Amino acid sequence: MIPELGHYALVLALALGLFQSVVPVIGARANDAALMRLASSTALMQFVFVIISFGALGACFVTSDFSLVTVVENSHSQMPLIYKFTSIWGNHEGSMLLWVLILSLFGALVALFGGNLPASLKANALAVQAWIAVAFYLFILLTSNPFLRLAQPPIEGQSLNPILQDPGLAVHPPLLYLGYVGFSMAFSFAIAALIEGRIDAAWARWVRPWTLMAWMCLTLGIAGGSYWAYYTLGWGGFWFWDPVENASLMPWLAGTALLHSAVVMEKRNALKIWTILLAILTFSLSLIGTFLVRSGVLTSVHSFANDPRRGVFILAILVLFIGGSLALFAWRASVLKQGGLFAPISREGALVFNNLFLTTCCLTVLVGTLYPLALEAVTGAKISVGGPFFNLTFGPLFLMLMCAMPFGPLLAWKRGDLLGVSQRLMAAFAAGIAAVAIAFAAEGRGSLLAPFGVGLAFFVMAGAVVDLAERTGLFRLPLAVVVNRALGLPRSAWGTAVAHFGIATTLLGIVGAAAWGAERIVALKPAQTVSISGYDLSFDGLVQRPGPNYTEQLAKFTVREGGVVVGVMQPSKRSFAARAMSTNEAALMARGAGQLYLSLGDLNADGSIVIRLYYKPLVLLIWLGAVVMMVGGALSLSDRRLRVGAPKPAAKSALQPAE
Amino acid sequence: MTRKQRRLVLIGGSLGVLAIAVALVLNALSGSIVFFNSPTDVIEKHIAAGSRIRVGGLVKDGSVQRGDDLRIRFEVTDGKNDVAVRYQGVVPDLFREGQGVVAEGRLETGGILVADTVLAKHDERYMPREVVDALKKSGRWEETSGAPPGGRTR
Repeated sequence: MIPELGHYALVLALALGLFQSVVPVIGARANDAALMRLASSTALMQFVFVIISFGALGACFVTSDFSLVTVVENSHSQMPLIYKFTSIWGNHEGSMLLWVLILSLFGALVALFGGNLPASLKANALAVQAWIAVAFYLFILLTSNPFLRLAQPPIEGQSLNPILQDPGLAVHPPLLYLGYVGFSMAFSFAIAALIEGRIDAAWARWVRPWTLMAWMCLTLGIAGGSYWAYYTLGWGGFWFWDPVENASLMPWLAGTALLHSAVVMEKRNALKIWTILLAILTFSLSLIGTFLVRSGVLTSVHSFANDPRRGVFILAILVLFIGGSLALFAWRASVLKQGGLFAPISREGALVFNNLFLTTCCLTVLVGTLYPLALEAVTGAKISVGGPFFNLTFGPLFLMLMCAMPFGPLLAWKRGDLLGVSQRLMAAFAAGIAAVAIAFAAEGRGSLLAPFGVGLAFFVMAGAVVDLAERTGLFRLPLAVVVNRALGLPRSAWGTAVAHFGIATTLLGIVGAAAWGAERIVALKPAQTVSISGYDLSFDGLVQRPGPNYTEQLAKFTVREGGVVVGVMQPSKRSFAARAMSTNEAALMARGAGQLYLSLGDLNADGSIVIRLYYKPLVLLIWLGAVVMMVGGALSLSDRRLRVGAPKPAAKSALQPAE
Repeated sequence: MTRKQRRLVLIGGSLGVLAIAVALVLNALSGSIVFFNSPTDVIEKHIAAGSRIRVGGLVKDGSVQRGDDLRIRFEVTDGKNDVAVRYQGVVPDLFREGQGVVAEGRLETGGILVADTVLAKHDERYMPREVVDALKKSGRWEETSGAPPGGRTR
């Protein structure tokens, strides 16, 4: 009964989506307020029905209803409750349901909080949102129905893939989808603007909070996925340049560019056409990501099952939306009026520079991701494009971008003074050069790359501090005035500085972990000791321990630093009977911003155990930096001008003068 | 500066960055990509010793020999031909005889692959696609063994 209810609710959501795809557009054409208002009600109802559908699937998973194919294939009665719940999206069908749940959530949010939007823009944007929703409802109902019943239900399920039985599954996919799907808002508003043929600075102000919210979630989602892979795959890597990771990185890069170009549009009424194009491209990249992950063209942990029909269906959605929106863009973009002149050396110019580099970075990732697929389709040759390719292409471009990063916020709008900015950045230059010197002296080896990376990270961090110091008059004015100014500073200025500080923090972590890490792979017998970077680990022994749905072999290591015990590390291997699989649970011990990382390999017949031991200095900064970036985004989101909401169209004078 | 000049600066700058990117991509593509081969490809294509390749197939039954210091030797087979692989390090949890494997490394004279990476499948249900393709090419792939268990009724 419950599965049928869920299935039926999804069909109803589809029907509402079809209605919402057409009627509001007609309403906006005919200027019929009643028809336009219908979009909000249908968007809310769609959300309600998708919640019912998702809830129904959730109920089936939590109660282990093995009459459903998805539950049988991905759940097991003995799994802990949290994994029964998270296995809703630990499979293809359920994860697509989560996708449309988040899509309809965003539609409902616009319906609820979009009160200050012009009626026609809101109606059109919600209609575009419904087009996307309809495509994905159809995809689920026709090719990936999660409510498919089995005639003869088995007694026991096949369990969730043990790799996915991790708290990471509770966090990573929902956050990532909030990011991916959140960019659909920018897309819908862009298409609505093209349909209306009208766009102004206020448009950017409406779109920015949605983009910012999506960007924050995506930032955390990517960082969370990276940390999950780091501790679960057992060899201490935090980024693999796997096509699926790239699929999430590309929308992030394009979305970051979109955030920056929307600033120019909002403050200076320039770069309108480019911003619209970026909004389209960002969501297109999210769709490409969904295609790469969900169609089965790639094999990875993320692709759960392959069914060629699904690939073709998503490809059709992809072609329809990307092709359609770009065609609309080509047709209508010339209608939008250009405005806002600026010199190449100016805040606008710096933001264009940012956009240029971010989109080029994104392009190199796209090439590296799609080239192997294209080559195989054309010539049949199979190649793998991995880390070395991206380190040689993405790496230099992104580092160039970071070199320019501190300059941007200090440049004035319209016409900037590069020399003056450089002088004000003297302290940051000094910090960077000092960091290079210290790192070089400490490293003692020939390579210049790592000290350069550290120097760059410190330059950008100090640049962010200089930016705030300049704005508040720190060191120049009395403290009371500084505090007053700091409180009066727009939150978005704080957001910029904090987010830039965050990306530099991440860079520092990457350089530290990649350049100065240590690695030991050895076989140890009980009571033997292994040393790494000043730490001694002695192997105390191995114990068996039962878990809820696995048995665990737990190895105990005592960690000493200079003879003093600093802690115990207990890596383990878990064997899951339901899937005849085992997973590796690495043990982590934070030492400052660095980590000791210990994972188990094979057990040998002579009683020794193979261990992989890493010391990764500064590694925690990688993810901490992402959190800092997210905080920067949140500060920016809380900016008064976004919180108060966009002014009514009459009050367009609210375009603030350049700071 | 006139509007036209500004636009020229902008377009010039964009083309410049794009040119750098293209140069970087072409440079990286020529140096850092790795071709995938089945054991039969390795034998038939006469791949030059010293080149970096990926080989995929099944770990041949009875071929795994473990030595000191985590050294391991095994053969990768596609049912027709075998390629010997030498590796030092920890092999993945799901590395087993008769199971799919992908090894990446340098091909030495004598046709031995000195691997620096060994990948096994990450789930007992699915094979690495490269392995499936290699087995299909050699005619040793049974469709039934690849299909996920549990029939779909209705």
